[in-house]
Amino acid sequence: MTGREGTATGGWVDRVLGINGWFVFLFLYAPIMVLVLYSFSGDRNVGTWGGFSMEWYERMFANDALMRSLRNSLVVALISTVVSTVLGTAAAIALERYRRWATRGAFDALMYLPVIIPDVTMAVMLLMWFTTIGWSLSLNTIMLSHIAFNISFVAIVVRARLANMDPALDEAAADLYANRWRTFRRVTLPVIMPGVMGGALLALTLSLDDVVVTSLVQGPGATTLPVYVFGLIKRDVTPEINAVSTLMLAASMVLVMVSLVLQRRGESEQTR
Amino acid sequence: MTLLEEHPPVEAANPELEAQSVKAAARRGLLHALPAYVYLVFFFALPLVIVFVFSFASRSTTGRPVLGGWNLDSYARLVEPVIRTIAARSLWLALLNTVICLLIGYPFAYWIATRSKSSNRNLLLVLVLIPFWSNFLVRTYAWRVLLDSNGPVTGLGEATGLWGQMLFTQPAVFIGLLYGYLPFMVLPLYAAIERLDWSLVEGARDLYATGWEAFRKVTLPLSKPGVIAGSILVFIPSLGAYVTPDILGGAKTTLLGNYIVTQFTSGRNWPFGAALSFVILAAMLIATIFYFRSGGKTL
Amino acid sequence: MKRAVILLASMLVVAGCGLGNGDTADGDVAAGAECEPGQVDGDLNLYIWSEYIDPDLITGFEGELGVNVTETFYDSNETMLAQIDAGGAAYDLVVPSDYMVETMIDADLLIPLDGDALSNLGNLDPDFTNPPFDPDGAYSVAYQWGTTGLGFSYDIVPDPAELSWGLIFDPEMGAAAAGKIQMLNDERETLGAALKYLGYSLNSTSEEEIAEAAQLIKDAKDRIATFDSDAYDNLLISGETLIGHGYSGNWFTAFDAADAWDEFGYGIPKEGGTAWVDTMAIPTTAEHVCTAHAFINFLLDAENGAALTNFNYYASPNAAAEEFILPEILEDPAIYPPPDVIANLEFIAGVGDAATLYADAFVEAKS
Repeated sequence: MTGREGTATGGWVDRVLGINGWFVFLFLYAPIMVLVLYSFSGDRNVGTWGGFSMEWYERMFANDALMRSLRNSLVVALISTVVSTVLGTAAAIALERYRRWATRGAFDALMYLPVIIPDVTMAVMLLMWFTTIGWSLSLNTIMLSHIAFNISFVAIVVRARLANMDPALDEAAADLYANRWRTFRRVTLPVIMPGVMGGALLALTLSLDDVVVTSLVQGPGATTLPVYVFGLIKRDVTPEINAVSTLMLAASMVLVMVSLVLQRRGESEQTR
Repeated sequence: MTLLEEHPPVEAANPELEAQSVKAAARRGLLHALPAYVYLVFFFALPLVIVFVFSFASRSTTGRPVLGGWNLDSYARLVEPVIRTIAARSLWLALLNTVICLLIGYPFAYWIATRSKSSNRNLLLVLVLIPFWSNFLVRTYAWRVLLDSNGPVTGLGEATGLWGQMLFTQPAVFIGLLYGYLPFMVLPLYAAIERLDWSLVEGARDLYATGWEAFRKVTLPLSKPGVIAGSILVFIPSLGAYVTPDILGGAKTTLLGNYIVTQFTSGRNWPFGAALSFVILAAMLIATIFYFRSGGKTL
Repeated sequence: MKRAVILLASMLVVAGCGLGNGDTADGDVAAGAECEPGQVDGDLNLYIWSEYIDPDLITGFEGELGVNVTETFYDSNETMLAQIDAGGAAYDLVVPSDYMVETMIDADLLIPLDGDALSNLGNLDPDFTNPPFDPDGAYSVAYQWGTTGLGFSYDIVPDPAELSWGLIFDPEMGAAAAGKIQMLNDERETLGAALKYLGYSLNSTSEEEIAEAAQLIKDAKDRIATFDSDAYDNLLISGETLIGHGYSGNWFTAFDAADAWDEFGYGIPKEGGTAWVDTMAIPTTAEHVCTAHAFINFLLDAENGAALTNFNYYASPNAAAEEFILPEILEDPAIYPPPDVIANLEFIAGVGDAATLYADAFVEAKS
């Protein structure tokens, strides 16, 4: 299959696109640079530079409540990502590989609901629902809410990938006496893996970063990081939250580097 | 058309066995979907029903819905002029934001999708996502710092004489929104462009099309599903956006998002908040159905 | 405290209209708690305004009584009410303001306090033991009291005696600060400021007066940079605003941290402003009632009460704490206002169903 060379955009167009691309990256990372920079500022006013200082990092690590909430957040994000990825992938297979089963249409529509619903409506809806069924608002309710909308996002990404996969591959495996589970594990899954990973990544991002739903369904002991930062901002906009964010960014960059290294190694084995 | 539809299964020799296996397949399909199905019914469908029911309830003095005293008051309020103003403002904000995201996102997505090594493409994509692993509020407050009177943006504006105070103005809001929603536009666009059969473009060039014509007549139409998907993924959340506009725009205007939230706090009117939420959702549903009717398949 | 007497007297006068719904004839609701002083029954879930309590006091309480404290923050009485009313979140202690206590009592959201568990109650200044919004202090104990006014840069307002809401609402008076003004994002406070400027009561239930106030705000929007209830002190200190609307203690903590007492000041505009009392109360959904009582008792201790004031720069209702409060705080007229200023202050009172008038008017002002 012809590669990108087939785009044949003239050299100068490509260069312009490239420059534009780098400008966009500058735009994307400008606030990040600011936030990292001011995490090292000695002035408690974010925006006023007060000389280099590690004060906020010290305060952050000494802050038990903050560290607890960070751990909670990661746990919640991880669990909700894994659960929604599994459920979402299964749902994608159900919709893409099986064309005729009872209420399939209704399920299809239901799966799109979390994507098209505005944040606010969902937050309101969950608040009313939890209070109606008498569940106290807590860490768990936040996690359950995250899973709810992440399933759909994972399913969308995996479906796109599945749609382009040749079903003949599955059939061939069956012809070679592989049972359904083996087929899935050895044939289907590897092919759709980029989709699954992409969906999981999206789910992780969405989970780590929710504000609106959180602000309406927060409860005591629900010390996840977004909630804690939300409270900190209400309390005092100091560089301590910058330090926290910088830490999280550094951690995610490390994660990314690791996965890229793994991917490069896997790439030479895969056909494109 | 998926490959499955292009090559439908062949007629079976034994119809009975075939019927059985079709039923078995149907059962398996349902089984695969079951966990997600149950989950979504419990955490989405049912809550929505509750919201719908509450929108007809009356309110206590503290605002909670009171079961009984059913009425249409909440819906009657929807025709008040203030709501029209707020809805119009939110609509305008969402539309403009979608257009801006598209104009900036398309060339960017195209650039990423046309890098030759797949590992580079993946790296670039991940680099786009990384900023969003920091906290949303912290990022938005960082924009406050960038845009305030002592910040680089205002400095640049004054040096070039093009603009003055940036913070707490409408442009600041759009900068913040563009920042928040760009990935939602870029990712679907990238997916669509990356899947393109480039040989078609090459073919067009072979037929003496200029680069621009090849783009306009081949690439662009083929990437349409991505354009539509990205637009929907940006437009819908933008409609309910209010945190970014408040922090960067100065909270001087009311948008649909904070109007709804107000009903649950100082407005003390949960039924009305429910009605508003429901109506917005219905509008979104209609728009999405319209999208699917016009030929879109998956987002 | 003579000042407190005058303060309370004006409270009684102004909050008179709220008394109508005040008599709670619901002796059948929520049985009162039965606790010993210092008795605990589990960890404490505290729901409190941001920036309001000294972290050292929290650790002190945890150490002294051997329990953990979980803090959650809110930025407005209304948010707190929504959460408590929804019943989903089991907080043990909340810190509602005066008018909100009334609302919550009416809605049966608070439990009556067990006086036996509050051995330090005698430390409370007598003026605060029988407030109009909670007769006999059955449901609440005063926490701190303070004022809402304007923080300003001395460049704009060299003479604090000239401080006026006109700096915000009058185009001529506010010309120097145009575009650099911040107001609270709170309908009662912000509409209240406008009402005071117009010469009305900030507890008006008149639709015309409220609408007039809303119009005033709408017209002033061009000169207002932002409505912000969170980071307004940062905005003044960094120079982004020259005049800011906010709570007394918040301003002082900020001036102190930035050591900027020469550049910025705080005061009550001459047309009047808001005075308020925040209280500690226990919601009916509380799970650790005795610990909550122990916490209230802890804060009623003279030294702890003083530590609170020395931390957040609000005025203390604790008479016994006076000897431990820093002298410069006791003598600061902005924290403990003189009688003539107090006469001009109003407490925000519950306005019953008219509350929605304010919410709608605020939306109208912003539309």
